[in-house]
Amino acid sequence: MEYLNTLINEIYKILFLVIPILVSVAMIVWLDRRVWGFVQKRRGPNVVGPFGLFQTLADALKYIFKEIIIPASANKPIFILAPIITMTLALVAWAVIPLSETLVLSDINVGILYLFAISSLGVYGIIMGGWASNSKYPFLGAIRSAAQMVSYEVSIGIIIINVLLCVGSLNLNDIVLAQKNLWYVIPLFPMFIVFFISALAETNRPPFDLPEAEAELVAGYQTEYSGMMYAMFWLGEYANILLMCAMGSILFLGGWLPPLDIYPLNIVPAPFWMIFKILFLFFLFAIIKAIVPRYRYDQLMRLGWKVFLPFSLIYVVLTASFLLYFDKLPKGSF
Amino acid sequence: MNLNRFLKTIFLTEFFLAIFKAIREMFRPKKTINYPFEKGQISPRYRGEHALRRYPNGEERCIACKLCEAVCPAQAITIESKERSDGSRKTTRYDIDMLKCIYCGLCQESCPVDAIVQGPNFEFATETREELYYNKEKLLDNGDRWESVLAKNLKTDKIYK
Repeated sequence: MEYLNTLINEIYKILFLVIPILVSVAMIVWLDRRVWGFVQKRRGPNVVGPFGLFQTLADALKYIFKEIIIPASANKPIFILAPIITMTLALVAWAVIPLSETLVLSDINVGILYLFAISSLGVYGIIMGGWASNSKYPFLGAIRSAAQMVSYEVSIGIIIINVLLCVGSLNLNDIVLAQKNLWYVIPLFPMFIVFFISALAETNRPPFDLPEAEAELVAGYQTEYSGMMYAMFWLGEYANILLMCAMGSILFLGGWLPPLDIYPLNIVPAPFWMIFKILFLFFLFAIIKAIVPRYRYDQLMRLGWKVFLPFSLIYVVLTASFLLYFDKLPKGSF
Repeated sequence: MNLNRFLKTIFLTEFFLAIFKAIREMFRPKKTINYPFEKGQISPRYRGEHALRRYPNGEERCIACKLCEAVCPAQAITIESKERSDGSRKTTRYDIDMLKCIYCGLCQESCPVDAIVQGPNFEFATETREELYYNKEKLLDNGDRWESVLAKNLKTDKIYK
């Protein structure tokens, strides 16, 4: 009975987290398309619901009623598993994201490591989808995507080390609290830029959307997918983008902390600041989608390995030296 | 790499300028129209859906001269005619296959009595092919429905003919 109670309690908590995320993913897709349209002086989706807000729900409904086609030569179990993995991993990572000091599903000690591990696993969904489709475009798209995500994860890892050096803890709430006086976006500004660009590459957003470069690869690893399975890839992708925005705001923009600890700002509840920062980063994601042309693949690889990796490594040395020289290394946690 | 370009690359100058430009463009008036609710301007010469017109007293204009049938490059028009009891020649059948029609406007130009015209309506999509085989009844009905616009357009365009 005790066990059952815990189970129901946990499920309730998980649903309380997952459903808002799915709804916000739907809203964020709308925002993305709308911003994209506005920059190009179009209107974007504006028919379904107020300002077209329910457009994504209508799209999702359409996907649910579409037939799921499994190619005859596809590896059926893996083909079905791939979108499930992508979406599950994108949602599972949200368990450690703190919306305020207490509003977090599991406040684990190695939160940032967990986040990093889960977002690295995300590549499996894509590569499985591409491989199981047994068709050339998905295969090429999946290979590209795997190479790209692995390359940029390396530099993201090193950027995270920069932040960890300043904090001295892997707990996400500690990382946020350490920014009480100064957000890391100021001392680590170059790292923030590199993190942002790497996040674009990590989530396969333009200008790094090579895995689904429609001119050459149809739709990349999603080519053979249809109906709800396609929608799950798509949900996973946007949940991942939101996750990257949340990660960026926790690591550099002070998470759920208000910009200044003064009267009118600090009475606003903490989750509001977190959501506001995520939305701000996502807005940048959306605007960048509208203004940049796509990278060539060799340029992408050069940027990842020859520019970002050495640059962030040098910055790690700089940060470490600075902290050591001025005796500012976080005490007590090592 | 020259210094100027190097600095531009390091500080992402053009990138930030592009973001500011994009944000500025977001607040400019939209170039697209909200289609089903508002429609673009249409020229009086617009060659849309066909219509057969009548004289103000209700008599059909068409005299079954079959010039339109002859000139139609897609051979979309089929006409059969018969002498009426009052001695005038009128059509008994006037069919236009809207699927064959290429909307060139030659039928309208060849018509000596302005009977067959192409109106401003472009929203006549149907769910079956059969609905697009227009007969005389349908065309006359179109004419009655659009007469005010058709007459106005013909009048506006008359000076250029």
